[in-house]
Amino acid sequence: MTTLLSVRGAVKQFAGVRALDSVDLDVIAGEVHCLLGQNGAGKSTLIKVLAGAHEPDSGELLLDGRPVRIPDPRAALDLGIVTIYQELDVVPGLRVYENVFLGHELARAGWEQRRRMRAATTDALVRLGHPEIAPDAELGDLSPAGQQVVCMARALLREARLVVMDEPSAALASHEVANLFRVIGELTAAGIAVIYITHRLAEIRQIGDRVTVLKDGRTVSHGLDINATSDETLVRLMTGRDVANTFPPRRVVAENAPELLRVERLNRAGSFADVSFSIRAGEIVGLAGLVGSGRSEILGSIYGAIHPDSGEVTLDGQPLRPGDPAMAVRRGLGLAPEERKSQALLLDQAVYRNLSLASLERFATAGVMNRRREMTEAVAKIQSLGVRPTEPRQSIRQLSGGNQQKVVVGRWLVRECRVLLLDEPTRGVDVGARADLYALIRQLADTGVGILLVSSEIPEVLGLADRVLIVRQGRVIAECAADETDEEQVLSLLMKGSAL
Amino acid sequence: MKTAETTVARAHPALVALQRIKHRSVAVPKGPALVLVVLVVVGTLLSPYFATWSNVLTMLTSASVIGIISVGMTFVIISAGIDLSVGALVALVAVVATMDSVQQGGWALMIAVALATGLGAGLVNGLLVAYGHLVPFIATLAMLASARGVAELISGGTPQTSLDETFNQIGSAKPFGIPLPVWVFAAVVVVGWFLLNRTTFGRRTFALGGNREATRLAGIKIRKHILILYTLSGLTAAIASVLLTARLTSGSNAVGTLYELDAIAAVIIGGTLLAGGRGTIAGSVLGVLIFTVITNIFVLKNLETDVQNIAKGVIIAGAVLLQRRRQNAPERAQGHHNEQRNDGYDNFSRTNGWAVSDKAGDARRVGGPRCGRVGVGVHQ
Repeated sequence: MTTLLSVRGAVKQFAGVRALDSVDLDVIAGEVHCLLGQNGAGKSTLIKVLAGAHEPDSGELLLDGRPVRIPDPRAALDLGIVTIYQELDVVPGLRVYENVFLGHELARAGWEQRRRMRAATTDALVRLGHPEIAPDAELGDLSPAGQQVVCMARALLREARLVVMDEPSAALASHEVANLFRVIGELTAAGIAVIYITHRLAEIRQIGDRVTVLKDGRTVSHGLDINATSDETLVRLMTGRDVANTFPPRRVVAENAPELLRVERLNRAGSFADVSFSIRAGEIVGLAGLVGSGRSEILGSIYGAIHPDSGEVTLDGQPLRPGDPAMAVRRGLGLAPEERKSQALLLDQAVYRNLSLASLERFATAGVMNRRREMTEAVAKIQSLGVRPTEPRQSIRQLSGGNQQKVVVGRWLVRECRVLLLDEPTRGVDVGARADLYALIRQLADTGVGILLVSSEIPEVLGLADRVLIVRQGRVIAECAADETDEEQVLSLLMKGSAL
Repeated sequence: MKTAETTVARAHPALVALQRIKHRSVAVPKGPALVLVVLVVVGTLLSPYFATWSNVLTMLTSASVIGIISVGMTFVIISAGIDLSVGALVALVAVVATMDSVQQGGWALMIAVALATGLGAGLVNGLLVAYGHLVPFIATLAMLASARGVAELISGGTPQTSLDETFNQIGSAKPFGIPLPVWVFAAVVVVGWFLLNRTTFGRRTFALGGNREATRLAGIKIRKHILILYTLSGLTAAIASVLLTARLTSGSNAVGTLYELDAIAAVIIGGTLLAGGRGTIAGSVLGVLIFTVITNIFVLKNLETDVQNIAKGVIIAGAVLLQRRRQNAPERAQGHHNEQRNDGYDNFSRTNGWAVSDKAGDARRVGGPRCGRVGVGVHQ
């Protein structure tokens, strides 16, 4: 039980904002140390300090009890600290072994020693329990889970002593998460310490040894034994308040509520097949499925973001043209896509411009914008959505994930869309903002909007939706009322016949 | 500080925001404005003739051709595109407008044919980019080569004299004491500014350059928009060509060489991001004026053009370096990932964003100067 790394009173200030305000952290060799905190609590800044991306303004870093400096990423690697970011930093066009050795290729007199690199890569992959990944495979052809394993092989071969993982499970399906945990077990068995960041309490229970909780840039509690701490305690530490039932109450959807959206025998080769269902006004329909089950593709095909091979989508009984999002929007569809930053936001532009993007013609006469009307609407929406900060001219990049997501949903409120498709609306969103979003989605449904909700988190689908469709391997295999089923039942339906 | 602002915003949120908007959109990019002021001071000190009315008019007249092209180029670059064909289009338009058969139709026909040629060529660019899914660089490079080729084919490689006196007047008339090209330049700038900052078209242009996929998924018809953008750029090239041809009283396949680079440089110096999503018309005008003033000073001092070109190069690099530093500062300060730094590359490379929205795609997109990248961390 020797302390490998200690952070003492780390402070990091950006333009007057204290991102880190006295943070303490002790990591013991061979443990999985979980880092918990809401968005903006300082987790990202802390791991960037460890990765050498930021140097703290004050405070101490101790490795094996000796003070060290990590002025740049190279120094972090030399000290044996490897960071695996959420958005994996790999080169998709290179082979697996080339990625593993990127930046420290084995070479003799300038000639690459490919055979040695391949062999070492294979060794590492076997140690991690993934002999099926070929060192010569092109990395871009691997699944996200496979790519993550390659990143960990890289950490092994760097002789890492501390591996920092930023939400490694966010993009993985449940059976892949099980693999991830096994791989982490391999790392810790070799005496490597792991710092594990996640928003999911269940994972912390499953894999963590100790937990440090950050709030507003401060350590509110460090090195807690995970087995002696309840979920309630952790949530209270993170939020500073008790979060009870976050799901708003359902209203019974009237029997005679009109059918808004109808999906008829929708097909797309390799993604999904024979999908049919409908959504009535005021109804929230949940689409539960694992990552890769085809759920996002179903959403995209309805909206026209991608082209289905066959089948029909009708809104108010009138068919939508496949592959034409502009028509879908004109007819009253809205989409909050899975990848907020790359598919929804104009990151460098102001909040109000992000809000009005889908409704420009609403604020224009003969193509000339009426900016007063646009701004008035933006201010009203910012207020009703509870977006913080409230300044509409603020660049949206500076908002937290939760507030960004509120703006994405708000874009469709401005548009007054009639059917809203939500793809993972709470991914990367902290607990407090989640509750706001749940309330907002329910409120929307209560005003007669039909909602199709995709989420990897089964409790979310069950808590929010009126009706749940279970999608497995591209097919809708079951449909049930959300209040007549439970998490276990849904999970077993989802997993039946899958790898685990 | 933040809380104080929030309180004010609560009191009169719409008003406060509106004032800010007004304040912002009339603002002129400070960096290039400063460079221009310095150059003007230097010019005044170096030559007594520099600050005279007639020299100012000379400068503005010579700025008008590139200036008009730069307005169209600003739109294209803000949308994360590029138009390399504008110089060649100036030549093509000049030659087509001065063909014997066209000249027989008089000045009106010459202008109409000129504008139609520019619009048509721009339309072809737009079709190649929007519907042919060619990268803008390649599509307009192809146009650059072929437009000049067609111009040479038509003219047989010799300048065609413009015999229409009314047409030639465009280059020499001086309504209210100011040369007509300057009036046209001013009009194009005003229309361009309005289009960019006050219309849905302008807003969509910014959106397209900021995030192409998000714009598409917001229901905006991006292919139609791209088509219009390049057509617009072709039109401004044609207007510029009419002014140039009238001033030279002849059309030749050799005119307009490297105008595309001058225009792109002016736009970039003016603060428009080559990656798209951000930019101003005022900045581009300043960029053009900076180049014009440099050239003018060198001419007045009888200096060689080689030194002049070196000075231009230094100013381009210097101005962009300054902007880089200013832009990076606030982003770093926020401690966020700089996710969208490589937008331009991203937008060029992807025709159908949905297909690359997986994690691997993200990782590739993030490839910019994000901090702490394992493996390639040395480039920090």
